Amino acid sequence: MIRVKKNLPLVGIWIVLLAMPFWLNAVGGYTELGSRVIVLGLAAMALNFLLGFTGVLSFGHAAYFGLGAYGAAMTMKYLAGSTPMSILVGLTVGTVAAAIIGALIVKLRGVYFAMVTIAFGQIFFFIAFRWNAVTGGDDGLTGWHRLPINLGFTRLDILGNDKAFYYMVLAVFAVSVGVMALLLRSPFGRTLLAIRENERRARFLGIPVERHLWLSFVISCFFVSVAGTLYALLNNFTDPRALRWDLSGNFVIMAVLGGMRSFWGPLVGAAIFVILQDYVSSHTENWMSFVGLFFVLVVLFFPRGVLGIFRRGARS
Amino acid sequence: MTQLLLFNLFNGLIVGAFYALMALGLSLILNLSGVINFAHGGFLAIGAYLAYTLIPFLGFWGALIVAPVLTAFIGLLVERFLIRRLYGRDPLYSLLLTFGLAYIFEDGTRYIWGAQSLPYPIPGWLASPLSREFFFLTGYRLFMVLLVAIAVGGLFFILNRTRLGMRIRAGTLDLEMVSALGVNVRVLRNLNFGLGIYLAGLAGVLAAGMLGLQPTIGTSLIMPSFVAIIVGGLGSLPGTLLGGLLIGVASGMATVFLPSATEAVMYAMMGLVLLVRPQGLLGEEGRIL
Repeated sequence: MIRVKKNLPLVGIWIVLLAMPFWLNAVGGYTELGSRVIVLGLAAMALNFLLGFTGVLSFGHAAYFGLGAYGAAMTMKYLAGSTPMSILVGLTVGTVAAAIIGALIVKLRGVYFAMVTIAFGQIFFFIAFRWNAVTGGDDGLTGWHRLPINLGFTRLDILGNDKAFYYMVLAVFAVSVGVMALLLRSPFGRTLLAIRENERRARFLGIPVERHLWLSFVISCFFVSVAGTLYALLNNFTDPRALRWDLSGNFVIMAVLGGMRSFWGPLVGAAIFVILQDYVSSHTENWMSFVGLFFVLVVLFFPRGVLGIFRRGARS
Repeated sequence: MTQLLLFNLFNGLIVGAFYALMALGLSLILNLSGVINFAHGGFLAIGAYLAYTLIPFLGFWGALIVAPVLTAFIGLLVERFLIRRLYGRDPLYSLLLTFGLAYIFEDGTRYIWGAQSLPYPIPGWLASPLSREFFFLTGYRLFMVLLVAIAVGGLFFILNRTRLGMRIRAGTLDLEMVSALGVNVRVLRNLNFGLGIYLAGLAGVLAAGMLGLQPTIGTSLIMPSFVAIIVGGLGSLPGTLLGGLLIGVASGMATVFLPSATEAVMYAMMGLVLLVRPQGLLGEEGRIL
């Protein structure tokens, strides 16, 4: 009985997600919006693996998101017309970059770590922006689109059918989130929490802190690149904005808004952010001011996030 | 070829001086308050646009003096009413707050002054080249380098020779002790923030004369400033100055040989520094851990 009660919210989340294409249209949304929530939610949850559960502030995750997006898009355009292949290439590119950069920065802490991640994030933006011939420069990479997936027994038409694509995204999301949850429950995940709570103590206990931070960074970036590949496939397009610093900031605000200390918080934050952005940018040209104001208000009044408030209410 | 090289060297030096001016302000705030001021570029843009608005009333020189002071005043207010609430919390929050402010500032300047780029008038005698052979050596550019040098000199004078500066330096090392010795830390942080924003405003006025006015003027200068701080050394102001000039000159030279690598060179330098000397060129080892 206790088990059932404990898992009730989880069942609820999955029912809501699985049924999304069916109720979203009824409340004035559209299926693509749902896919975007899932993709950006995955990115925010992946960031939160590092931010909330390892206690390291990265402000440059858009770089790996964008590398995933460009990796997928360029595979589709130049190499092979295969959706699974493009995802595979995209996440490999993003993860390899993260492994190299991560090794350079794991010695830094706190604000300095954040600053270096911001600066590194810009490298790939400039490459995508400048290398016109290959990346399409500022105009982005067009002239390709996602392709139906051949499963052997059946053909998944993710190009023509919005819902089919949504469920493909949801499937990738489910696997990714499941792996992250398992990792966090494992001794490795518990060690990350220990480092978050008291790094010095963890070091005295003989935990190789740098190696754990590096691994956590790479895992987090791996899943962010997965989200990036899905984002490119969702839009059938990618441009340098998928790599830029403002997107990194958006990921962080999604995590904070939903609640950094909860596993599902960033998904809630992403949903609120995406819907708000969709609404505001269709009503005013000054959406930047709204987003900025939103940041300020969240920081001043909702620092624990939506789920943080719920949790505090439940405890008291 | 020599001329081209000299031209780009000098150009790099000017750009580097901008980066240094921006980065010094960022560094001041970061060292004392632990806040990464993402809105620094926004303050720079405000300084530039304020000067543009003031020129018809005060003239070039008046605007040059008044606009940075006004910008610094806005900075004092922002610190007093927004950033102060976040001291002692995770640095994540002040970073997100200034990030939001950067959005608001950029959009605000676009709303008030328009998205199109505006020309910034400078006195005729400053705009003309000094000699025909070195056509790039206009009076304004020399003047700018001179002014940045004066500003940096003034900053180091304040830090090393005045009571306020000594308190700032002491606070950077141990804020709690400074507070225990009877210094009002709130006021100290407030003034320090204002000083940093003053430098941003000054950089803005100078940049406007060279690059013209656009709402994105600050955003394009802030990223290199971060790189300058990291290359120069975290926690070291002379390091920040050195870092700014270095990356400016390096990207200037890159323009000669491989124009598309102008930005890449900066980041390559940063990667190299982090690999060989993670605390930066003049940084102290203890501060990053």
